Amino acid sequence: MMELENFNVVCFMCNWAFCQEEMQIPSDLNIVRVMCIGRIDPAIILETLEKGMDGVMLVGCKPPDCHFIDGNLQAERAVKMLRKLLKLTGLETERIKLLWYSPTDEKTFAYYAKKFLKEIKEIGFSPLKRGAPKSKLLVNVLAAKNAASDFRLRVLLGREKELTEGVNVYGEKFSVEEFDALLDEIVTEEFVRHKIHVLTKTEPLSVKALADVLEMKTANVLRHIVNMRRKNMIALDHVEGTTPLYKALEVK
Amino acid sequence: MAEKKVGAVLVVGGGVAGIQASLDLADSGFKVYLIDEGASIGGVMAQLDKTFPTNDCSMCILSPKLVATGRHPNITILTNTEILGLNGEAGNFEVKLRKRSRYIIEEKCNGCGLCAQKCPIEAVDMYNGGLSERSAIYVDYPQAVPLKYKIDREKCIGCGTCYEICKAKAVAYDQQDSEATLKVGSIILAPGFEPFDAKLKSEYGYGRYPNVVTSIEFERILSASGPYGGLVLRPSDGEIPKKIAFIQCVGSRDYKLGNNYCSAVCCMYGMKEAVIAKEHTPTKLDATIFYMDLRAYGKEFDAYYNRAREEWGIRFVRSRVASITEDSSTGNLFVHYVEDEKPKTEEFDMVVLSIGMQPPKNVEKIAKVLGIELNKYKFCETKTFSPLETSKPGVFVCGAFSAPKDIPESVAQASGAAAKAMSIIASERGKLVAVKEYPPERDISQEEPRIGVFVCHCGINIGGVVNVPEVVEYAKTLPNVVYAEANLYTCSQDTQKLIREKIQQHNLNRVIVASCTPRTHEPLFRETVQEAGLNPYLFEMANIRDQCSWVHMHEPKEATEKAKDLVRSVVAKAKLLKPLKKPEISVTPVGLIMGGGVSGMTAALELARQGFEVHLVEREKELGGYLRKIYYLLEGDNPKERLDALIKDIMENDKIYVHLNAEVTEISGFVGNFKSKIKHYNGKEEEVEHGIVIVATGATEYKPTEYLYDKDPRVMTQHELEEKIAKGDFKAKNVIMIQCVGARNEERPNCARICCGQAIKNALKIKEIIPETEVYVLYKDIRSYGFKEDYYRKASEKGVLFINYEDSRKPQVRNEKGKLEVTFWEPVIKQEVTIEPDLLILSAATIPNPDNKRVAEMLKVPLTKDGFFLEAHMKLRPVDFATDGVFLCGMAHSPKYIDESIAQACAAAARATTILSKPALEMEGIVANVNEDLCSGCRICEYLCPYGAIEMKQKDDRLVAHVIEALCKGCGACGSACPTKAITMGHFTTEEIIAQVKAALLEVKA
Repeated sequence: MMELENFNVVCFMCNWAFCQEEMQIPSDLNIVRVMCIGRIDPAIILETLEKGMDGVMLVGCKPPDCHFIDGNLQAERAVKMLRKLLKLTGLETERIKLLWYSPTDEKTFAYYAKKFLKEIKEIGFSPLKRGAPKSKLLVNVLAAKNAASDFRLRVLLGREKELTEGVNVYGEKFSVEEFDALLDEIVTEEFVRHKIHVLTKTEPLSVKALADVLEMKTANVLRHIVNMRRKNMIALDHVEGTTPLYKALEVK
Repeated sequence: MAEKKVGAVLVVGGGVAGIQASLDLADSGFKVYLIDEGASIGGVMAQLDKTFPTNDCSMCILSPKLVATGRHPNITILTNTEILGLNGEAGNFEVKLRKRSRYIIEEKCNGCGLCAQKCPIEAVDMYNGGLSERSAIYVDYPQAVPLKYKIDREKCIGCGTCYEICKAKAVAYDQQDSEATLKVGSIILAPGFEPFDAKLKSEYGYGRYPNVVTSIEFERILSASGPYGGLVLRPSDGEIPKKIAFIQCVGSRDYKLGNNYCSAVCCMYGMKEAVIAKEHTPTKLDATIFYMDLRAYGKEFDAYYNRAREEWGIRFVRSRVASITEDSSTGNLFVHYVEDEKPKTEEFDMVVLSIGMQPPKNVEKIAKVLGIELNKYKFCETKTFSPLETSKPGVFVCGAFSAPKDIPESVAQASGAAAKAMSIIASERGKLVAVKEYPPERDISQEEPRIGVFVCHCGINIGGVVNVPEVVEYAKTLPNVVYAEANLYTCSQDTQKLIREKIQQHNLNRVIVASCTPRTHEPLFRETVQEAGLNPYLFEMANIRDQCSWVHMHEPKEATEKAKDLVRSVVAKAKLLKPLKKPEISVTPVGLIMGGGVSGMTAALELARQGFEVHLVEREKELGGYLRKIYYLLEGDNPKERLDALIKDIMENDKIYVHLNAEVTEISGFVGNFKSKIKHYNGKEEEVEHGIVIVATGATEYKPTEYLYDKDPRVMTQHELEEKIAKGDFKAKNVIMIQCVGARNEERPNCARICCGQAIKNALKIKEIIPETEVYVLYKDIRSYGFKEDYYRKASEKGVLFINYEDSRKPQVRNEKGKLEVTFWEPVIKQEVTIEPDLLILSAATIPNPDNKRVAEMLKVPLTKDGFFLEAHMKLRPVDFATDGVFLCGMAHSPKYIDESIAQACAAAARATTILSKPALEMEGIVANVNEDLCSGCRICEYLCPYGAIEMKQKDDRLVAHVIEALCKGCGACGSACPTKAITMGHFTTEEIIAQVKAALLEVKA
């Protein structure tokens, strides 16, 4: 059945990298025009993937060119965070490509588009394609999407430029590596918490059950639950024997 | 000539002791600077879940004190502050302070918490014992005083989000540390203690095994506001434990670690934690306490111990645990210990280490800066007869810094230290405190109600849930509301100004604030309306945060409707509000003290030093009381010299009137205005007027009926032995002492506290005089708490044999044909041993003064089941009675050592000074009123009033109830019970309550 289906790849494309020529692009590839590739955030891409898209391409102007000064660099940061999240979901990070392109490039856009499509075909259909059973992967991608939609990751993403290029409010400088290490830690935390949230949305679960799914130590799962309670993400539902079960709260 | 004295006091440390000292000083007319190195006051007590032996919620009883301290006009709280230097001398010190930046402008921060919600950085939350996280911008806990956020500079990445988010513009990243110099007359040290670092006891695996937690962490686990929401869970897997072990003496009574002292509180809190854990656990929980001696030596503590064993089923194992190992697959723990000389191992789900108290951090630095001496354990050095004085004149100490101690003792010491700190600057009383002046009150009796409603957003605490503008618009439609507006923070300084302006502009005569809670904010708003010329009781509050936006966080629409309901019903009540007068009562600045022992004499001297006259009434022919029977002390002071000096001081003080061979036979009146009859045994009777009463009637030694006492001359009490030794009559090769005679039994379940110390003292004395004499001490638990543990160890080293006995195997004493024989079970060799001692010493209990019942009835104050006087609150009001103006101290309260009696006596004097120092007392305006025409004279109200505030008066030919406004607390118990509805409660009249209820039932007409 799957073979009969088409591959679906979406290409978010900067208005100014957009080529006016008649593009010889494969029919599997849909272009979504944006003013600047800096417009695209990790949550949008994760939502796209969650809906079953096989690949996502982001096309922006090659630095240092950007019609909006440096929106392309912001897109680069967004993709960096996205890759961190994707790695945690288990979905192939190769399904995402960030391309710097300009109409004056030697090669046509169609060349890159075909090349990406070929790469995607080698990876295969997205396991989240329509009709695919609800999987562990879907939970992961949902969790990543929710994490990317939440204030904490968005504020860090938004502050990265300020903090790594300039100085912080105390006049101190952050190296990209330092900030990256911080991001790694917080992205993982947020992913796990949102995964717990997704998992406990449908049924109350215990620390042990969550630890099995998350392949984490029970102590760490408990720690996350404590934090989620503090943030009103989860509440104790009931106790079975000596085991408390927790249920997600609607996040405002 | 000495420099002029300064009427201000510096209090170092904002735990419960520092707070109490500050309040007593500030209430007695002195300016107080309360400094703390942390971001808020409250200390360790703020972390506790419940408190022993009453199982009161710790935060619930502490929070009102925090609020009172935070609001007190005479107290300036300086947080994040430490002492850098000290100059000058008692009466006139100059203190140099450093205030560390919190990166928040305290005057602007309203504590709304929005910054913390949005801060992307987390840090380990030490308030929760490290079991959870908090934001990098934080307050220690929601009730913190001052409720000012702080940036954790080490964790903060400087992203600037909080600055952007803060609506009050309180964030200041460039705030610098600052230094200041203060002039104060005296200094009180209350820096508390540092919990023992359990990692140092590596054999217990703390830090390696997740299910081994400290007692402080366990307090947080038990707390409903703690990491697990009050459900006991294992940190390793979040499971509810079935079997918990509590290991006592972790970091205490540990000679090898260098901490030989006993931390004095762990036995009780260990039991409490075990009991509360059982209560908090939905499934069956087995709790076992491993202990060496169960030291339940305080007031009513043994009764708690008995209940822990019998009612709550806590298991007690007398053994020092050797080590703990872990089953890494289950996270369960193996506790290895020795019982009955056999090594044993038992598996538990969780282990709690009862960690001891260490001196505070940086203690050596503090000592150096202030020039005070520390003892060998680096606690503050004090002496038996000056327990509140450091080695530097003018610098006093209270709380755990001078020795490990529990909350009530810390509180008593704190009040006591306040008395000491005041006495050296008594001449400066009232000179540095601001007296608040209000404009004359507007007469509104002829005005229609004109109500102003101020609705608070509280940042987003309310505004994030409740649609505040909608509530404001709704309020405007309500009858008699002539003005309504929304405020970002109604409690901020500028809003107070605004409220006053609106009162003038719109001629408002009732003001309503719809906001957080009256618990913390009502006094502030009452003051604001009073500043605008309105009677403070024309203010009312609608609680739309605690009782609306917080509880309906996820239902904004319903919350908005409910906020309207709450505002509407309060408006309905406000229409009926009437101005109330705060009655003022005069104060006779004279004290009456019953009992001329060390406590009564100390209290008398302290009051006289404050400048008040005192009547000291003693039944015996001379002063001294129990102290007369004490010839020497463990710590080495000479009690006889001290007693003589004390009596000399009393006799030379012209403010103290000593009445010997006399007793108080009648007391009438109330706080500030008592009248008493003193009857002298020679028949003379005199009447005195006084403002307060201190009960210091002491206690007495139990006359044993057991163990051949009074039947065999070789059997005597510890006091009799002491006298014998002091007179040089002691001669014996073999001495047996039996502990707990007349205590810890069916008739008197509680411990008499001081007998273990007496036994150790006398045993050591015997070893000093005749080292070859064998001394056996037969005991149930040796309760040598605090630094007394050193003497216990010393006695063991000198060869005193301490042999444990259980109630089931009490020692047997016989006179076998003239031979005195004592048979007891020797638990190590496991057989009965019979010894013929030359002397058998009974450690007889200290029991209540038989006169207590009469005194209690005369003063209308309660006694405990045991017959000691019962204070107003076992934890936080250790020397107060519930009846205003009546205090207690010393052994009338319960058995205690001399230093403890002295601390309490000073405390009672300080508490009394808060009354005597005022020319008049302003009482609460919300009091009961009796319509005498309706009163049937049934006396139900008189019986029900818990404060004795109702007396029956003759009116014409009948009896009618009369409210003594000075005593009425406004609870309304009398009003609800009055069969003829003759009693009206101010501010809570039936009409007002009904109007509020009726309005609540109406539908919102949108």
